[in-house]
Amino acid sequence: MALDLKTRALKKSLFVFHLSTGSCNNCDIEILDCLTPRFDIERFGMTLVGSIKHADVLLVTGICTIKNSYRIKKLYEQMPKPGFVVAIGACACTGGIFKDGYQMAGPIDKIIPVDVYIPGCPPKPEAMIAGIVKLLEKIK
Amino acid sequence: MEILKPFLLIIGSFVIFGLTGIMSTWLDRKITARLQWRVGPPWYQNFADLMKLAGKETVIPENANQVLFLLSPVIGVISIVITGAILLSGIFYNPLKWDLVIFIYLLMIPSIMIFLAGSSSGNVLGSVGAGREVRLLLGYELPFILALLVPVVKYGTLQISEIARHQMDFRMNIGFISGFIAFIVGIFAFQGKLGFVPFDVSEAETEIAGGTFVEYSGLPLGLFKLMKWMLLSVGISFFVIYFMGGFSNILTGILKYLVVLVLIVLIKNTNPRLRTDQILRFSWGWLTLFGFFALILAVMGY
Repeated sequence: MALDLKTRALKKSLFVFHLSTGSCNNCDIEILDCLTPRFDIERFGMTLVGSIKHADVLLVTGICTIKNSYRIKKLYEQMPKPGFVVAIGACACTGGIFKDGYQMAGPIDKIIPVDVYIPGCPPKPEAMIAGIVKLLEKIK
Repeated sequence: MEILKPFLLIIGSFVIFGLTGIMSTWLDRKITARLQWRVGPPWYQNFADLMKLAGKETVIPENANQVLFLLSPVIGVISIVITGAILLSGIFYNPLKWDLVIFIYLLMIPSIMIFLAGSSSGNVLGSVGAGREVRLLLGYELPFILALLVPVVKYGTLQISEIARHQMDFRMNIGFISGFIAFIVGIFAFQGKLGFVPFDVSEAETEIAGGTFVEYSGLPLGLFKLMKWMLLSVGISFFVIYFMGGFSNILTGILKYLVVLVLIVLIKNTNPRLRTDQILRFSWGWLTLFGFFALILAVMGY
């Protein structure tokens, strides 16, 4: 393989931090589904961590409200690099049905750079795993 | 050659207990996954975790005490390597006549380093976790020492290798009633020292966002994880040597090691997390009572 050891280790063990910035919680339930025995992403080395400083991937759901925009920016800066951002759900990608709300600060990529978009309302766990595979191919 | 032996012991302890710790923690994750009808990670998972953590950047918060923040994982790993070297010295070198005492107080250092990690972080959640860790330490040290005193009372020696040798002449310490009760008490107290459920209040992920390790990232976090993994393998090896007759026959020794590991993982998977006051009430109530009962039985000769 042409990759160095550091990148190969990063691809095999991603620590995931889940953040909901004003979602309806449907995408959050589907993220939880990925950890259950039916799909079980722990066999790929991914675990859920409690603190942003331990995380490699920031999973964001929901369209970002104005109150949350400061927090999500701070959280992105606190994540140790190399780190990636995955936007899950139609609201996080483009705004979804809440696009014209008065208190919305826009979809996620107006605030922090996003690496992978996983559309769907909510996306099935199979779609999320396909998105994670695309993220793994993107890591170089 | 004689001059080199202490260094060889320390390097050997790092290699042996490091590798055994990494593979034991992988076994723990795999057995937990199997108990939950999942598949679980592959065998190289913990190596990948360590290498990935070594490659991330280290972020030191502004309010943190920088010296203590970076020094606590290093001292933690060094202390657990020396603890493993004490266990190995019974086989390869001249052990001290009282090395059980040194072993007990060196085993306290990882908990103290976890406390230092939390309080030097400059984060409120870190100090909450550090306070919980100190209360845990207060709780389970007493039953742990009581459980370890039972073979000392029986055989009248404080040297770990002597206790292991006595078991080869008589029965294993588990065979006696007092030894069996002391083994159970010791396993529960050790579960608290490891920070496993049901005693893992200090690192409660869902409650306080990682507890004492909330501000750690990169290589210091990797060293802390390595310290916890090596603590698992040093502790289980100590229990096998002390209560079950040791590694005199390698194959049965490995089998005994796996039995104790599966016991610890089963206790971890079938219990919810206890609150701090429940832990203190349990440790100073039932566990200490059973510890004293085992000690009285040992004095009477059973």
